[in-house]
Amino acid sequence: MLNILKKIVTTGIVTEKCKAPKDAELEALGIEIKRHIDKKFSGSIAIRQVDAGSCNGCELEIHALNNPFYDIERFGIHFVASPRHADVLLVTGPVSRHMQTALLRTYDATPNPKWVVAVGDCAVCGGEFGQSYACCGAVSNVIPVDVTIAGCPPTPLALMKGLLGLLV
Amino acid sequence: MNWTTTFLTQPVSWVNPEMPDKPIGDYIGGLVQHSPLNNVAVWQIEDKHWQQFAITAVAENLRWIASWAEQADKQFIVNACFEKQGIYIVLRTVINATKPELPSQATVYPAANRSERHTQDMFGIHFIGHPDNRRWTRHQAWDKHQYPLRKDFPVQGEPPSITPPDTNYDFVKGYGAGVYEIPVGPVHAGIIEPGHFRFQAVGELILNLEERLGYVHKGIEKIAEGRTPDSLARLAGRISGDTTVSHCWAACMAMEQAAGVSVPNRALFIRGIVAERERIANHLGDMGAICNDVAFTFAQMQFTRLRELWLRTNATVFGHRLLMDVIVPAGVSRDVSELSCELLKQDIVMLKKELSEIMPSIDLNSSLEDRLYTAGYLSPEIAAAFGTVGYVGRASGQDFDVRRDAVYPPYNQVTVKVALEDQGDIASRFWVRYKEINASLKLIEQFINLLPKGDISMPWITPSTDSEGLGIVDGFRGEIISYVRFGDDNKIARFYPRDPSIVNWPALEKLVLGNIVPDFPVCNKSLNGSYSGNDL
Ligand code: SF4
Repeated sequence: MLNILKKIVTTGIVTEKCKAPKDAELEALGIEIKRHIDKKFSGSIAIRQVDAGSCNGCELEIHALNNPFYDIERFGIHFVASPRHADVLLVTGPVSRHMQTALLRTYDATPNPKWVVAVGDCAVCGGEFGQSYACCGAVSNVIPVDVTIAGCPPTPLALMKGLLGLLV
Repeated sequence: MNWTTTFLTQPVSWVNPEMPDKPIGDYIGGLVQHSPLNNVAVWQIEDKHWQQFAITAVAENLRWIASWAEQADKQFIVNACFEKQGIYIVLRTVINATKPELPSQATVYPAANRSERHTQDMFGIHFIGHPDNRRWTRHQAWDKHQYPLRKDFPVQGEPPSITPPDTNYDFVKGYGAGVYEIPVGPVHAGIIEPGHFRFQAVGELILNLEERLGYVHKGIEKIAEGRTPDSLARLAGRISGDTTVSHCWAACMAMEQAAGVSVPNRALFIRGIVAERERIANHLGDMGAICNDVAFTFAQMQFTRLRELWLRTNATVFGHRLLMDVIVPAGVSRDVSELSCELLKQDIVMLKKELSEIMPSIDLNSSLEDRLYTAGYLSPEIAAAFGTVGYVGRASGQDFDVRRDAVYPPYNQVTVKVALEDQGDIASRFWVRYKEINASLKLIEQFINLLPKGDISMPWITPSTDSEGLGIVDGFRGEIISYVRFGDDNKIARFYPRDPSIVNWPALEKLVLGNIVPDFPVCNKSLNGSYSGNDL
């Protein structure tokens, strides 16, 4: 027990400051709905992440958002287990056809008002996999997308900016 | 005498019962060919002996590794890969495309079960006597009588505008008073990949678990066809995001073999450094996640912090946090400067110090001990029967590591220590990872100290049509094999990557038995199979 306490004290707080994105950055993120979100969610959103065919690289970086450096919960952004509790769907992957119905159902299960963020090149445009007998390609081919965050995978900072852009 | 020679000179009666004393090698096209896969023996046999080979092979303790098929005009070439004592053999047969069928090896090797079903779904090859004839990779995106990897199947296919859910898969059922079923997934509660688990339980006790994967099937094998080497390397780096380095390495190794390109020494050492850094990053993440699944958040926070620091050095030195696209055909894309070497060395010192502070707290934690010891037990026998690899196999006494037993450069210039545990429980899989981190740190240190001067890549040579290669490397989950055949003009004709998850996933169905349902997440995390790498 003493060891644990000692390590906690000596590690200290590693959480870093993160600047909210500027106008130009918001534009690059393709955010047009910020105003609505401000009004409706009073500065806090619940996210349901849906892997719709990703290589799992994007998930690794989404996970990193919860590490002590980024600690995204401090901004009122938290991940929930059910789409019924979510305001935002964070979707990765070039929507594999085997996940198409699951994604549609998850979307339907999310209460209105809701927003969809497509994360990673695959989700944005199909990425390395594109469209084929097995993949639908971009998430926007399956459900309406409000914001896109590019990158393969996007870094936690890019994800953070994209998500904070919805709020600040 | 190595085992192939022993095996070949054994008298067997199955090929020709009239002359039971003749060695196997005499019956099947004389001796094994040493080309075209120049590091691995290719042994072509008649299709009727396919299953008999497996029967003999299992008696000889050969490990079943992978199987894949390929279409060549009116014929199918079917391959199966085996290993013993670090020596690999590719068994090959050619069958007619008009009525493609082959005796199943899954009757003997449980590890071959899903792989043969994949081949059945993708090529329409029927495996005679297969113990389980349900589909595997196919859900509802293509029709029962369509086979995506056949040449006449277009990449775009003819998918319905909305692919229906796969509702009529015939799961194993449990009957009896108090038995109930829990369906989980494909969309899970956490931030993880999609897949379906079907439990039969009594109270909290798991009676049976059936995995249903294939949800993230992206047609990787199909879209690989026609790619250039660079483009294939990028794709291979996205088979499973956490194993980007090792998959890319295996694919490049196969292509380099096919093309006869030798990679400069410096590039090989850099490959070794990034591969070991990838292993450490994943182990750190998984060790944190295992602790988190039993609510020990202190460890989770510490490990994710260390992982983040580790990834940041990756970004500084190699330009990518997960090290994607650092390995390219015939070399690497990033050199390391003296300064970078210093940074990498500092990272080693940092991690050693941090772990020396954190690990005692974990070791002494009685609630962790309570949850991780004896839970999720995988016996050495089952681990061997399924041909499990990496930390899953090594935690159940399977003493195999490609880096040591089928050594490839740069590992031939250093000493590789293979971590081993024999308790087979979650704790073993946890501690094997810790031992592997330490071993990897030593390897990186040696690679940096021995880093030769020189180029980091070579000019590419266009391989001749039909040349093949088999890349075999050890990724963080264990052995990866990657098969490549070139067609005309430097274009890929066939690519088959076997992620270690393909052989490790079935072990999960076994190791959860007798555990309680709430322990499933931590059991699952201790195995941590890749869905994407499995589904392709
Ligand atoms: S964008 Fe890149 S990291 Fe994300 S799922 Fe696609 S290939 Fe993987």
